Amino acid sequence: MSDYRIQGATGEWEVVIGLEVHAQVTSNAKLFSGASTAFGAEPNSQVSLVDAAMPGMLPVPNRECIRQAVRTGMAIEAEINQWSRFDRKNYFYADLPQGYQISQLYHPLVGEGQLLIEADEKTGIPEDKIIGIERIHVEQDAGKLMHDQHPTMSYVDLNRSGVALMEIVSRPDMRSPAEAGAYVRKLRSILRYVGSCDGNMEEGSMRADVNVSVRKPGEELGTRTETKNVNSVRFVMQVIEYEANRQVDVLESGGTVDQETRLFDVATGTTRTMRSKEDAHDYRYFPDPDLLPLVLEDDFLDECRASLPELPDAKRTRYESELGLTPYNARELTAEVETFARFETLLTATAEATGKDEKTVATQVANWALSVAPGVIKSLGDDANVEHATAERQAAILAMQDKGEISGGQAKEIFEIVLKEGREPAEIAETEGLKQVSDTGAIEAAIDDILAKNEDKVEQYKGGKDKLFGFFVGQTMKAMKGKANPAVVNQILKDKLG
Amino acid sequence: MTDLTNLGVKAIRDGVAGGDFTAREVAESFNAAVASAAELNAFIVTTPDHALAAADAVDAKRAKGEDLGAMGGVPIGMKDLFASHGVQTTAASHILEGFKPEYESTVSQNLWNAGAGMLGKLNLDQFAMGSSNETSYFGNVASPWRKEGSNAAMSPGGSSGGSSSAVAARIAPAATGTDTGGSIRQPAAFTGICGIKPTYGRCSRWGVVAFASSLDQAGPMARSVEDCAIMLGAMAGFDPKDATSLKMDVPDWEAALNADLKGKKVGIPKEYRMDGTDEAILASWEQGKAWLKDAGAEIVDVSLPHTKYALPAYYIIAPAEASSNLARYDGVRYGLRDLPEGAGLQDMYAATRAEGFGDEVKRRILIGTYVLSAGFYDAYYNQAQKVRALVARDFEQAWGECDLILAPTTPTASFPLGSLNEDPLTMYLNDVFAVPASLAGLPAMSVPAGLNPDGLPLGLQLVGKPFDEQTVLDAGLAIQQRSGFEQAPEKWW
Repeated sequence: MSDYRIQGATGEWEVVIGLEVHAQVTSNAKLFSGASTAFGAEPNSQVSLVDAAMPGMLPVPNRECIRQAVRTGMAIEAEINQWSRFDRKNYFYADLPQGYQISQLYHPLVGEGQLLIEADEKTGIPEDKIIGIERIHVEQDAGKLMHDQHPTMSYVDLNRSGVALMEIVSRPDMRSPAEAGAYVRKLRSILRYVGSCDGNMEEGSMRADVNVSVRKPGEELGTRTETKNVNSVRFVMQVIEYEANRQVDVLESGGTVDQETRLFDVATGTTRTMRSKEDAHDYRYFPDPDLLPLVLEDDFLDECRASLPELPDAKRTRYESELGLTPYNARELTAEVETFARFETLLTATAEATGKDEKTVATQVANWALSVAPGVIKSLGDDANVEHATAERQAAILAMQDKGEISGGQAKEIFEIVLKEGREPAEIAETEGLKQVSDTGAIEAAIDDILAKNEDKVEQYKGGKDKLFGFFVGQTMKAMKGKANPAVVNQILKDKLG
Repeated sequence: MTDLTNLGVKAIRDGVAGGDFTAREVAESFNAAVASAAELNAFIVTTPDHALAAADAVDAKRAKGEDLGAMGGVPIGMKDLFASHGVQTTAASHILEGFKPEYESTVSQNLWNAGAGMLGKLNLDQFAMGSSNETSYFGNVASPWRKEGSNAAMSPGGSSGGSSSAVAARIAPAATGTDTGGSIRQPAAFTGICGIKPTYGRCSRWGVVAFASSLDQAGPMARSVEDCAIMLGAMAGFDPKDATSLKMDVPDWEAALNADLKGKKVGIPKEYRMDGTDEAILASWEQGKAWLKDAGAEIVDVSLPHTKYALPAYYIIAPAEASSNLARYDGVRYGLRDLPEGAGLQDMYAATRAEGFGDEVKRRILIGTYVLSAGFYDAYYNQAQKVRALVARDFEQAWGECDLILAPTTPTASFPLGSLNEDPLTMYLNDVFAVPASLAGLPAMSVPAGLNPDGLPLGLQLVGKPFDEQTVLDAGLAIQQRSGFEQAPEKWW
């Protein structure tokens, strides 16, 4: 249970949060027309006759958009409705050419599902939590008005008009800004794993309507407000904090919370009324008579299911159980598509380079990928060219380290040179003398010399002063200018000291 | 050459193919006939050059010995609800006045591909809403028919009133129509011609200005059953651009025409015997039964118990869809824009739509908006959809007992223009016999049955099973052969 509470004058308040996330479906074409969906094109350059709602134009469902929404539904373990239907949501606005949005009110494509957010003490999520997802439906996006192009008129850009969106509606199951933030991040991660949405919040590919209400713990749900079109995880969390505190203030000063639609002001971090319940539109929803019900065959669903990749939760569990990674490493590595993809490529390459199985080198690779390599890249700043850091080169470094040919420090030094110059690690180690000495003859000679010079300490050690072992190691390494293989040094010292 | 205008689709096509005359001669004759018939007001714009160009293309093909197409050399009228590339397309509204589409409707393109040419864009009731062709922004269309001993202008029916008037007046051998709740059949009946609305989905709706999407269906209007069969074959076909288009092959209806109805059962629905139905209409219905019996059919009584609820349900569903379909005419992207001084977006919408839509269109938008409103949706729209399902079920049950249904097309013959304007409900009753087949999406045809005592044409309606246009056309042919209807209106224009 979240212990997040708003401290009011009359006591503690609990916050109840539900999110409606609009995610743009990754598809080359719009939901009901063949027009392109690329971001950043010239205004009105990606508009078909259908998108502009010319007389007599008709929508035809784009199967790829439906497929992506179905795969997304499967990824949140949801019920897929093999019979669904499109409805028209009627309202007038200049960015809505048809005068209605084609959406799904009565029979959505995807029914009940769920999503797991993981415990994270740092952000205030004490334990794993399941967040219910009520439904996913597909709908058309609207165009965009531009108010800064002309002194007295607004311009309309219809490039987004008709682009496919998934509206993913959660249950009011979240109780803190942290949980809501974790939910959006996890949802984004799943969408990107599945490939159904690029999750790019800055470009508007994902945005959330944030529903917030407050109540005294254990009491009935309070009246909620809905803040529209919030386009980052941080803003979602800000909206919740602001709205929850505002509502508590309203209630504690004897007022009532109005059920209304609000807007988030990024500059001030506050929300304000967009339209009240009295001004709410009557959308006159009814089934779109241009479209037949959407009936999905079993074969289609089978194909959707078969095409799903391993999802974040399953991958994380496997990383722990099969690869023996720590829960922290497993979580960090599986959070983003790019991270796990890089890790898995490097793991395969390293296993090959070392001739060991993946499980044996997994922890070494995980530490390298999560901590060592990012540290080196960061320290080099602009000098680092990450394109030089191929999986093969990194695996070569890890393999040399695994064989004891180089030390951890030398691995970093070699990696630095790789990043800067794009040379091969083996050659760097050779040319730059970045190699450990494992030649027992040379090490033995150095050790014999040190032991001879320190007879008193040898006596003390043999008399039981174990701590002096470190002194002998240090002296040996110093004598070898740091290039001796510590394991070999240890072994010879142990043999000689008896 | 004026006698060429007495020819229908088949005669023109075969005459051009056989070298009896050229397609250009045909086009020139009809262009001249159209030009001389301005009094009918059947056309909103004429396109003689289109007709000539198509004709020349056909003549050139013939010279090269190529296939001329199913409509090769036939100039037709195009209802101004079909988008014509580069030609003003208005739906007879002010709001689309001057609008020239950058695209061609699938149905009209199919016709051009089959060798037809376009004489012009035909007048109609505004957005196909009306039963008398009196709601057009471009003026009433007059029927070429007049009551015996009267000079009063009569209604050609609606909404395809320009089509019916032009075909009956022989200024076009055939025309396209669209039928949402009788808009092909009722005007055909009023003007003594044939018209068939095929099964919903046979003809693509792509590029046809929408009235009520779940009901709108294009079809041919011509002076014979054969001509309808030929032209429907050219219009129909699966269109991937229309999600409600039927994915079925188009049969060769013309080749399969057969007026022998032996083995066919014709149902007579008792619920169509309504109060207020004209005596002459009832007499023609009896005559129709006798003709079909003579053609070998067995006549059986059937019941369509929900018939009386069909018209009220239609006048909820069609306006509901229309109120949404017509939302796109908002002055933002094309068509009329009325932007009063200092006006904002809402003011622009209000001014544009107030100015751009006629009264009947506004009436239906208001009805449609009302029946979809929160709190009324279940009582009206949902209830009407249930009625629609029951009406369709009535037909399904009737098909257990018969192969097609014979009924009057309309409860009365044509009426003088202006006589029903003040009473929309009486006007709506014109479609009482046509609407059930529309709600059920069934193929239905009107064929001429003769003249009433006033000398005005009457029509008989044939309704068939889904996808069974053939039986409808066959029965139509049987009636045509027995009625011997060849009367033409006396030329007064």
